[in-house]
Amino acid sequence: MTVTFLILAGVTIVGMAAAMSLRNLVHCVLSLTLGLVGLAGLFLELDAQFVGFTQILVYVGAVAILAMFAVMMTRGAAQQQESRPTSVRISGVLIAGGVFLVLAWAMCHGLMTLGAPVQPEAEVKQIGVALMRSYVLPLEVIGLLLTAALIGAGVIAMEEKRGAR
Amino acid sequence: MNPLTGYVFLSALLFAVGLAGALTRRNAMLVLIGIELMLNAANLNFIAFWRYGPHPEALTGVMFVIFSIGVAAAEAAVGLSIILAVYRHSKTTNLDEMDSLKG
Repeated sequence: MTVTFLILAGVTIVGMAAAMSLRNLVHCVLSLTLGLVGLAGLFLELDAQFVGFTQILVYVGAVAILAMFAVMMTRGAAQQQESRPTSVRISGVLIAGGVFLVLAWAMCHGLMTLGAPVQPEAEVKQIGVALMRSYVLPLEVIGLLLTAALIGAGVIAMEEKRGAR
Repeated sequence: MNPLTGYVFLSALLFAVGLAGALTRRNAMLVLIGIELMLNAANLNFIAFWRYGPHPEALTGVMFVIFSIGVAAAEAAVGLSIILAVYRHSKTTNLDEMDSLKG
């Protein structure tokens, strides 16, 4: 339990909780970005450099910007308010709290005590070699999936022609 | 406290925050963001167990997280473009008002 962990955990939790509870959508996306940066810091703290930088590139660089664009483009709708009946809110928070309690209970009872951890080495070189040897098929599949999904997203978001229906 | 326990607790807390957001907000975009948060909590778990687990040299946790980030990026792109398409059609991003599939 180091000080770095506590600071990063605090930043992450505050950012994410603000992203889920603020009223203004732009503020939500900005605090989501803060939370994602905190999470990337946690990955770095866990000696997973490659994953940490990937997290920054993909989430902070792409997903947050994409969400920001979507918020800006649906600006008109954002004004109409966000007032769900209180019962829905309370039950949602209660369900989430229950899930957390179950997870925490399972952790307290189920986590085995692991031996003193060795410092793992995950150099980019090793990751690259693993990706090209034992994980080459999943790598190709995910490349195909990303291509198909991004082309599909472009087609869905494209403006419909008037006469096309 | 065991460092692993700290990370796993944090990840459970993040998951609960994401779940609460996905259940209580009515804006489609925020629900999508809540789902992203839950995915991120799972990623943190993978990395923590890889770091403190018995066989870190196998790189399984890292690989899983890399693929999961790829899938999450695709999911975010498709989800946001669907929200844009629905908004263009019915001028709303409110989930309670999106109640018909017919165009």
